[in-house]
Amino acid sequence: MSAEAAEQVPVLECRNLCISYYTRAGEIPAVVDFNLKLMPGEAHGIVGESGCGKSTVALAIMQYMGRNGAIVGGEILFEGRDMRQMSEEELRQIRGSRIAMVYQEPMASLNPSMTIGDQLAEVPIYHDGLSEREALARAEEMLAKVRLPDPKRILASYPHQISGGQQQRVVIAMALLSNPKLLLLDEPTTALDVTVEAGIVELINEIAEEFGTSMIYISHNLGLILETCDRLTVMYSGEAVEVGDIHDVFDEMRHPYTRGLFGSIPLPGADKNAHPLVAIPGQLPLPHERPRGCNFGPRCTFFRTGVCDAGPLPMHAVPGDADHRVRCERFEEIDWNRDLPKGEAKPPVEPGDVVLSVEDMTKHYLIEEGGLFVVGGSERVVKANEKLSFTAREAETVAIVGESGCGKSTFAKVLMGLEDATDGKVMLGNVELGGLPVQRRNAETISKLQMVFQNPFDTLNPSHSVGSQIARVIRKFGVASKDEEVEAIVHRLLDTVKLPRDFARRKPRQLSGGQKQRVGIARAFAGNPKVVIADEPVSALDVSVQAAVTELLMDIQRQNRTTMLFISHDLSVVRYLADRVVVMYLGRIMEQGTTEDIFAPPYHPYTEALLAAVPIADTRIEKRHIVLKGEIPSPTNPPKGCPFSTRCPYMMPGTCDAELPPLRDFGEGHRILCHLDPAELTAMEPVIKPKSEAAERL
Amino acid sequence: MAVTEIQSGPSLLDRLSRPKPVIALALLLWLPLTAYVMFGHRLGSGAQNVLLPAIPATVLLYVLGVRAFRESRVAVIGLTLVFFWLLMAVSAPYLPLMDPNKPIAPFTTPFTERGDLFFWLGTDFKGRDMLSRMIWGCQRVLVWGVTATMVAYVVGAMFGLISGYLAGWWDEIISFVANVLLSFPVMVLFIVILNYLGPSGFNIVVAVTFASAPAIMRIVRGLALDIKTRDYVYAAQTRGEHPLYIMIFELLPNVRGPIIVDACLRLGYTTVAITTLTFLGLGLQPPDPDWGLMIRESARTAMLWKFSYMLLVPALAVSSLILGFNLLADGLREMSLRD
Repeated sequence: MSAEAAEQVPVLECRNLCISYYTRAGEIPAVVDFNLKLMPGEAHGIVGESGCGKSTVALAIMQYMGRNGAIVGGEILFEGRDMRQMSEEELRQIRGSRIAMVYQEPMASLNPSMTIGDQLAEVPIYHDGLSEREALARAEEMLAKVRLPDPKRILASYPHQISGGQQQRVVIAMALLSNPKLLLLDEPTTALDVTVEAGIVELINEIAEEFGTSMIYISHNLGLILETCDRLTVMYSGEAVEVGDIHDVFDEMRHPYTRGLFGSIPLPGADKNAHPLVAIPGQLPLPHERPRGCNFGPRCTFFRTGVCDAGPLPMHAVPGDADHRVRCERFEEIDWNRDLPKGEAKPPVEPGDVVLSVEDMTKHYLIEEGGLFVVGGSERVVKANEKLSFTAREAETVAIVGESGCGKSTFAKVLMGLEDATDGKVMLGNVELGGLPVQRRNAETISKLQMVFQNPFDTLNPSHSVGSQIARVIRKFGVASKDEEVEAIVHRLLDTVKLPRDFARRKPRQLSGGQKQRVGIARAFAGNPKVVIADEPVSALDVSVQAAVTELLMDIQRQNRTTMLFISHDLSVVRYLADRVVVMYLGRIMEQGTTEDIFAPPYHPYTEALLAAVPIADTRIEKRHIVLKGEIPSPTNPPKGCPFSTRCPYMMPGTCDAELPPLRDFGEGHRILCHLDPAELTAMEPVIKPKSEAAERL
Repeated sequence: MAVTEIQSGPSLLDRLSRPKPVIALALLLWLPLTAYVMFGHRLGSGAQNVLLPAIPATVLLYVLGVRAFRESRVAVIGLTLVFFWLLMAVSAPYLPLMDPNKPIAPFTTPFTERGDLFFWLGTDFKGRDMLSRMIWGCQRVLVWGVTATMVAYVVGAMFGLISGYLAGWWDEIISFVANVLLSFPVMVLFIVILNYLGPSGFNIVVAVTFASAPAIMRIVRGLALDIKTRDYVYAAQTRGEHPLYIMIFELLPNVRGPIIVDACLRLGYTTVAITTLTFLGLGLQPPDPDWGLMIRESARTAMLWKFSYMLLVPALAVSSLILGFNLLADGLREMSLRD
């Protein structure tokens, strides 16, 4: 810290903050002994998994704890004054004007029955006493500053009339209207698509420069924190476990949990065969079941009885760097120079014959407007899938990548037989699936094709026991019918997904998210499927659990030589586990090829933007900066010509927005749908590359 | 503290708290009572003993209910009111009461003695004992009220599931019919149906079903529309389950929470409706005691302040039962929101 900064009064300082919730089970400490110092203009990240207390900290800073929460110890100093001593009236003056907050769900932060102009104008009218006309003028100015096109139109619209990304920009504009000293961002981009997220992240960085606002950025995504913050607090189970400058924590982490986190996220260089991910064993302790001493103790490989479980642990400063503090008793004994934990290398699997082939599959929806007594209502066509063609071979993982509205869910529905294909063929072995709804498929065909779902809280029926839900699949597909046999298979499946056998009798509510997802996997594999569609199977799980579930899925796939269609928007996971990648945009395949081909030039411009948009939690990586303008068009009204033409940085007017691009073949199944010249595509620079040697030595 | 209590206490109650024993106890309470009220005249001399097993079942169910609902005081109060009347209903034949239909001493005011008999709640204009009539009267209200509500729920839930899950034309038609039925004022619908079918207990069930099922159907339809987008329903569809299986095994168990709360409220409405219908002469017929009938018969006499007790006794009885149902619904909702 420079001498100049030391003299400044911190915008926010938390000293030994302790926060508890009061429930029927008694007092539950949510956050214990939390310290934070935020200097003017600084951006501080708070990273942690669900239940670690990061949002509680934000709410405590707003002094907005609800009826059953309370700050039970410590101080929160805002510009040197203790907020706990302030009156309700003073706090009301500060909230929204000096401290502003942006929440995860933009639609929930905006009042759906008021125009955006009215909502924005409220802030200056209330806090600065401006007249309505002045307030609206200032709101319009602010909307322009958050890069919203046509601010006048947006002022007059209602929240549901603009897209999610635009809504979040409006929320940020609202937060900035009174020129706050401190901006709290609680997962502001989690609900948005990657390319839209990249735009918001860019905006947040610009705000930091332009307004000099201090920020607290809460996220579970280490990559996002690296792109936005100067300093970082890693939280685990209600405690800060590591605090420091962002580069110190990323490059010289000194806490086993931080290290575990980095081992379980797929960074460039991770590879499902040579460098598998290493999951952190076990799961997060519940707040009232935290162990004595180090909360991370039971999951830590460096745990030592008598040292780690002796009593409450203090934060220690890392020698040579007073700003880097860590809550670990043994951090000086551990050899941190070893590489990150490495998983066992596994031999690559040779893909077999083609199992699934999709030829020119097209799905159009006809939307009829009208009802019981309306005859001859208008009809509209939604082109959900346009001429999809690709193949998947045995034991191969094909990733389908795309953002919302790209048609990947429709494609899954056609495959599973819930929708008929309008045109084209889908062949599973020698059975044509496109025109065969699930009711007309026989048990064998159905059992060959199963699905793992995205949301762990929805994947199991809360009213039935885990065992009975798996047993139903076994009976339905005729794998076995006698009670004893079925039970034996259920137990074997639970063993495969590494869950205790007595889970068969449990209800889903007694399971954690990761465990539910494991049951979902067991259910999908109960009928010995040939092809498994995995629809973002880990995106809703905590980072440390994601790796375990991903590895489990890959292990079972490896054993059974199953073909997996992995639907995802997260290119880091895709790079890690896919053999081949299909990139979709607005119902069309823009690019497909092997994983190496996709992640290296030539790129489709959309793939290039997607790659640039994914935040990477690695300081050794340099990324080209590409932010797409605009939003994803609605599939009901796609652009003429190339669907990507409205957002493409290489757009050639007169060509791209008029006619459909040709399919350019680069050999070995690498195909790109683009008007650009093949030579031009090949000449593209890689998006992700290691930082140059010189930069690394610094 | 509560935790240690459970561990050291008798495990018998815990074992009885599981779904199957509770359902068995409820049937043990309900079947004899229904048989007694609906087909009592056909049972002959056996009618005397048919209610005996229902008494311990009622007490046991009450104890289990209080244990299960102890978190919510409101629910326990509601449960107590409802079970008080249930206990009265099943034990009426065995209580030392005067014959409810025998005229003894007309116009006796409460707490007075006539001859050797002490009349706690007095007698009505024909001289029948009010206490006895009040206790006997709850049988018919309870049995017909609960039966009518249950039938309405079965019909409403069935159509709600079909309309919510299958959607399309099914939904268009069912919703349209429901809207037509809902557009009648409830009382008009009751009066039209009962005038057409004639007044009797079974026809009350039909009338209540017509009046309540559309609203129930709407609740279930809304819940089904929400639940059918869940992944587990999608999973059942993709393994080729029949729509009937999905509706009954995947959807129905997950709509039961809100439905149970609504059912308690609706039991209250139905009780009001049955009492009102009887008051209008469209429901249960004299001479057997019934609260609505008691109000109807004494309405004129009770104009005099001195005899207002003839109205107050059945009115308070019916209010306490409805209050019981409503408090129970409140308590259940409170508990469901807490978790």
